[in-house]
Amino acid sequence: MSVEHAVPTSDGKQFVTGEGDKVALLSAHTRAEIDHWIGRFPLGRQRSATLSALRFVQEQNDGFLTADLMDAIAQYLKLPSIQVYEVATFYSMFETHECGRHHVSVCTNISCWLNGGEDILAHCERKLGIQVGESTPDKRIFLKKEEECLAACTGAPMMMVDHVFHENLTPEKVDQILDELK
Amino acid sequence: MSATPEDLVNLEVDGRPVQAKKGSMIIHVTDSIGEYVPRFCYHEKLPIAANCRMCLVEVEKAPKPLPACATPVVEGMKVYTRSPVAIGAQKATMEFLLINHPLDCPICDQGGECELQDLAMGFGRDIARFNERKRVVKDKNLGPLVSTDMTRCIHCTRCVRFGADIAGIPELGTTGRGENMQIGTYIERSVEHELSGNIIDLCPVGALNSKPFRYQGRSWEMSETPLIAAHDGFGSNLYGHVLRGKLKRVVPRPHDDINETWISDRDRFSYEGLLADDRLTRPLLRKGKDWCEVDWDEALQVAAQELKAAGQALGILVHPSSTTEEAALAAELAIALGSANIDHRLRQRDFRDAAADARQPALGYALSEVDHLSGVLVIGSNLRSELPMLGHRLRKAVTRQGAKVAFIDAVARDYHFEVAAQCIADANAWAHEIACVIRVVCESLSAETPPSVANWLHSVTPQASHRAAAAALLSGERRAIWLGAMALRHPAYVDLRALASELARITSARLGELAEGANAAGAWLAGAVPHRDVGGVARLAERVGLNTRDMLAAKLPVYVLLGAIEPAHDLAEPALAEAAFSQARSVIAITPYASESLKSQATLLLPMAAFVETSGSYVSLEGRWQSQTAAARAPGEARPGWKILRVLGNLCDLPGFAYESSEAVRAHLASQIESVAGSAVPSQLLTQHQPPIAAIKDAAHIDTGELDIPMYDIDAVLRRSPALQATSTARRARGEL
Repeated sequence: MSVEHAVPTSDGKQFVTGEGDKVALLSAHTRAEIDHWIGRFPLGRQRSATLSALRFVQEQNDGFLTADLMDAIAQYLKLPSIQVYEVATFYSMFETHECGRHHVSVCTNISCWLNGGEDILAHCERKLGIQVGESTPDKRIFLKKEEECLAACTGAPMMMVDHVFHENLTPEKVDQILDELK
Repeated sequence: MSATPEDLVNLEVDGRPVQAKKGSMIIHVTDSIGEYVPRFCYHEKLPIAANCRMCLVEVEKAPKPLPACATPVVEGMKVYTRSPVAIGAQKATMEFLLINHPLDCPICDQGGECELQDLAMGFGRDIARFNERKRVVKDKNLGPLVSTDMTRCIHCTRCVRFGADIAGIPELGTTGRGENMQIGTYIERSVEHELSGNIIDLCPVGALNSKPFRYQGRSWEMSETPLIAAHDGFGSNLYGHVLRGKLKRVVPRPHDDINETWISDRDRFSYEGLLADDRLTRPLLRKGKDWCEVDWDEALQVAAQELKAAGQALGILVHPSSTTEEAALAAELAIALGSANIDHRLRQRDFRDAAADARQPALGYALSEVDHLSGVLVIGSNLRSELPMLGHRLRKAVTRQGAKVAFIDAVARDYHFEVAAQCIADANAWAHEIACVIRVVCESLSAETPPSVANWLHSVTPQASHRAAAAALLSGERRAIWLGAMALRHPAYVDLRALASELARITSARLGELAEGANAAGAWLAGAVPHRDVGGVARLAERVGLNTRDMLAAKLPVYVLLGAIEPAHDLAEPALAEAAFSQARSVIAITPYASESLKSQATLLLPMAAFVETSGSYVSLEGRWQSQTAAARAPGEARPGWKILRVLGNLCDLPGFAYESSEAVRAHLASQIESVAGSAVPSQLLTQHQPPIAAIKDAAHIDTGELDIPMYDIDAVLRRSPALQATSTARRARGEL
């Protein structure tokens, strides 16, 4: 399958996407999203699209990245693989090990801690039967390692589920949120 | 005070008034006036990172200490490198660095030559205040060349920046962050770049070290001898580190006009091949079917007898990495015995049009000028593997000066710079490829089609790749056309050369030949070719001897092989060689190695000192003469090649073999070359004499694979170097990966 094609860049030029044995791992939808981000930068700056590319690829793969998928991004953006690995391992929103598809992070930083954040976390662990940092056996929920303050102190205790904030949590509210995750 | 030129600023360093170029960093200024500021991440050849913070200095009016490596100088700046604030900041940085650095100097190979150890002496506290657990990092397997102890890493990122900026192919990176940050490849893989060994020197601590050298010696017990690299014509400068007569490792010797501060992995790790099991330590004489150890006297007597008996029916093959002195003495010996059958072009197949040969193979430019080339066409070269450091220079021309480089090659290869055009065609069609480029060039310059190639040109139809290659060559004013080793090994090499020189003439490019071996240029100058005397003076037709191919085809009675020549690997046509050697009365091999294949073909083996075990000089492809002294002891009774040849000359009762040192051989050769300078053929002869190209030799069909010899197979030393043979590059060449 040849997916090589030209993408218009922000400076009116064209970036020709790369070819490689792993590029086919990227879905058409993911490629279209990456192309959009390539187009936000001038020609030769496609490395800037790495962050967004990783986001879409993680979404495509149900919540985590694999070395093959990161290589696919590198090939598509014509970058050395290591430069994609660097970004993926640096940011806490990327998971480079297999994990559940819904990412749940309970804040235990100071404001949440004072308002019972640790109890909320313990409740989640009990309910899901897993420790923080683990995923449920059905790969439905991944309880992320502790997050730093997510800047929602006014609504403490809070947690983030797939980039959506849930504030003023109670165990009942947590149950409802978690049960709704499919 | 006189008016300050606009690009200079005045500042004060530790009370000393200094002028510096605008835009330079404080550390450039302090280095230039000899004021040492401690540093780890800063390296003059690498981009600035400012992440180790060791070079913090006090700058007046700045609220905090500033990193000297990343702070540009400004007018009126007052810098204090040793004020209490500066020293305090440096000591604090050192304390942070030592928090996680293990205290394993006694078992660390870097111990004694460690930048961290040295600076900890000056800036470290004697008692650690940090009682918590130290970080431990899993070691990485980076392949057979570089060992890792990643717990020692201080995250200076020199190795990462080397990959990104110098090598051009980032292989290492920083993964994770904060406490979890690590240097590595993320997924386990070996570093493969041909210059990867340089990260060993760059690493300021013991995190990256030489794997073959691991636990082999301490820096302070070894002596250091300057050496010249002996695997390609680049002439990289090296230091050999020797412990009790044995060469333990090789490191670069900085020389800005040649190798800067880098060397190729091939030059760094080849020394292991000197310790091969089949090193020849005593003369061996074949008696019937058996090989007998004999003493030097007997061996030399036998050899001299054979040489005298052979006379003009003698054929001498000289390895193109032999020293100039060895080549000169071999040529002298041949001539004194009445034979002109001497050659060093072991893998060349096409020897036609010898009159048009240049005096010596050359780049046409000094190496430092390669950085500033603007348009280059490389024909038949696997450049990164043939001349790794030339590839690096060319990369600088492309990335820093915007040079355009095009290749005519049999396969598309990965380059570490942007390639303007790759004309990919089977080796048999390379002449056609060059003709297409000539045609495009003639059209775009509105030049007349040269009569010598006119026949050719009307039958060719240039493609887009030829147009791109022509445009690349024509960019800028400083143009070069290089014929690589694959072109030189080509059965229609002379046609390629004639076309290339025509192209060079039309485009005002300089034509260069990237000849194999560390000293092909020296061999030419020393007269180790059948048709030229010392210094490149053409021989009269009746004095011209036989070239490599003809010598073997002629089935002479006596052959001499000088240097580590293994007929099965180092000659273009091994079958022809085997036929010649099997019928010969004697085949005298003066060689460091006694491989089984050589033993099956030779009759007398004389043990010779290998490249780091002998004094001698090499002439590089830029025409630079460089000499070295012996660094290591030759094993057993092996003797330097020049001494063996000298004694053979004496035993043959030949005049003029009274040299007492290799320096005397060199001095004599140099004076001869100087005296004939006027009558020598010029080194750019190629562009003047054009053979009429009636028809490109099309009978000579060749398998392209035969032309492209893997980079770690080109000579006997490399073939015996375990670390290099274990690299993925070598394994891929053997079909194991």
